[in-house]
Amino acid sequence: MLFSSMSPKKVIYFDNAATSFPKPQPVIDAVMEYMTAIGANPGRSGHQLSVNAGEVVFLARQAIASLLSVRNPMRVIFCLNATEALNLAISGLTNTGDHVITTSMEHNSSIRPLKELERSGKITLTIVPCSRNGVVEIDELEKHVTASTRIMVINHASNVTGTVQPLRTIGALCRQKNIILIADCAQSAGIIPLDIQQDNIDLLAFSGHKGLYGPTGTGGLVMADDFDFSRMRPLKYGGTGSASDKVYQPAFIPDKYESGTLNVAGLSGLYAGILHVTSRPDGIHGVHAGKKALVRYFLDRAKSIPGFTGYVPAELIETGVVSFNIEGIEPSTVVQILAEDYTILARPGLHCSPLAHQTIGTFPRGTVRFSFGLFNTEDQIDTAIRALNKISTGKRHT
Amino acid sequence: MKSYAVILFYSHNYAIWAADVLKKQAIEHKLMPVPRHLSSECGYCVRIHEHDSHRACSLLTDNRIEFDRAETLGEA
Repeated sequence: MLFSSMSPKKVIYFDNAATSFPKPQPVIDAVMEYMTAIGANPGRSGHQLSVNAGEVVFLARQAIASLLSVRNPMRVIFCLNATEALNLAISGLTNTGDHVITTSMEHNSSIRPLKELERSGKITLTIVPCSRNGVVEIDELEKHVTASTRIMVINHASNVTGTVQPLRTIGALCRQKNIILIADCAQSAGIIPLDIQQDNIDLLAFSGHKGLYGPTGTGGLVMADDFDFSRMRPLKYGGTGSASDKVYQPAFIPDKYESGTLNVAGLSGLYAGILHVTSRPDGIHGVHAGKKALVRYFLDRAKSIPGFTGYVPAELIETGVVSFNIEGIEPSTVVQILAEDYTILARPGLHCSPLAHQTIGTFPRGTVRFSFGLFNTEDQIDTAIRALNKISTGKRHT
Repeated sequence: MKSYAVILFYSHNYAIWAADVLKKQAIEHKLMPVPRHLSSECGYCVRIHEHDSHRACSLLTDNRIEFDRAETLGEA
């Protein structure tokens, strides 16, 4: 073995909002197949293996387009992750003097690029407060719209609370006011059914390695079929395998935004991951229902834990994410004991979302976050409940 | 001897997409390196039988798959 690790069979992995684990076997097989049988660079040569690599990328592109109801698969722009996709959309679209509206539930992946643009004086930014449950009121958003409001950036599902924003209603408002809607769907793609057209989204950032079960280093930005991308600047410039006689970046998609060799090994796995998720019973709807059931199961039993505080009612949690605290014990300590004594892996702290923690009243302490995935079971949750009961009463497992 | 045509694209991404559409319509085709005398592209184009050229181009247009042009390649 090249790397040190824990025995996967012993681990109870409740950190799927960071990245899903384990990956389904077909995902591993697909990466291996690309690495061993194809391995070439898509679009850079004309030989058969280059064609095969191009086909892999196309299959992944087509699968994402189908998942999100985009007719033109070339409107799927592959990036390293949702953060890079959000940076592409935000930096590519903002112009001097623009007003941007966002919410107090955003992840740093959008807050940081927005705050940087605000600090440089390029844009003005309004961060609209949300309820303690993490949901924004449409009237609150609307009252901040001005004549110079050009973009809204909305986190669909919070990585802290698992609650969702009413994207479709927000999108309708954006259409009415001629505002571009950038939706951060890092936490919802593959978990909640999404339809870019029906949900009135212009640009949708997704993560490939969370709810879609692809490898890390996969994600992207999806543009609605009617979105005019002509004024969206690329994040990076360089070789695309196209228009090679020109020294300027091509204007056509996806090449305009995809410079440098793509993560084809990762996209091989992403394609298999999408097939795995969508071919489950009842597809994404089934995944969604399964996650809600695990959250209900956990929160019902967590009530018995002395000093347990949850922050959002189970019925509002849509993505398998639960934030909580145990009275008198720091979240980092709880997570450390869970890992060392029970091999239960979770994430403490602020989860790269300081504003969301301010919104739900857990800043700067943060929370313990459990995030359930496809492979978690009620038995694992029972084990976690027993562990948390012992931790809350000061009894360490030996 | 058979006569061939090639369909040239602005990007290899569209060539792959076109091949997928042609395959579904059972139009015989092959992805191949772009002939240097036709373009300086480093990617690939789609080779088809010349007699399928009009049908193939119409199909791509119907599917809104952008392409540069079709060229007769001659006999092969």
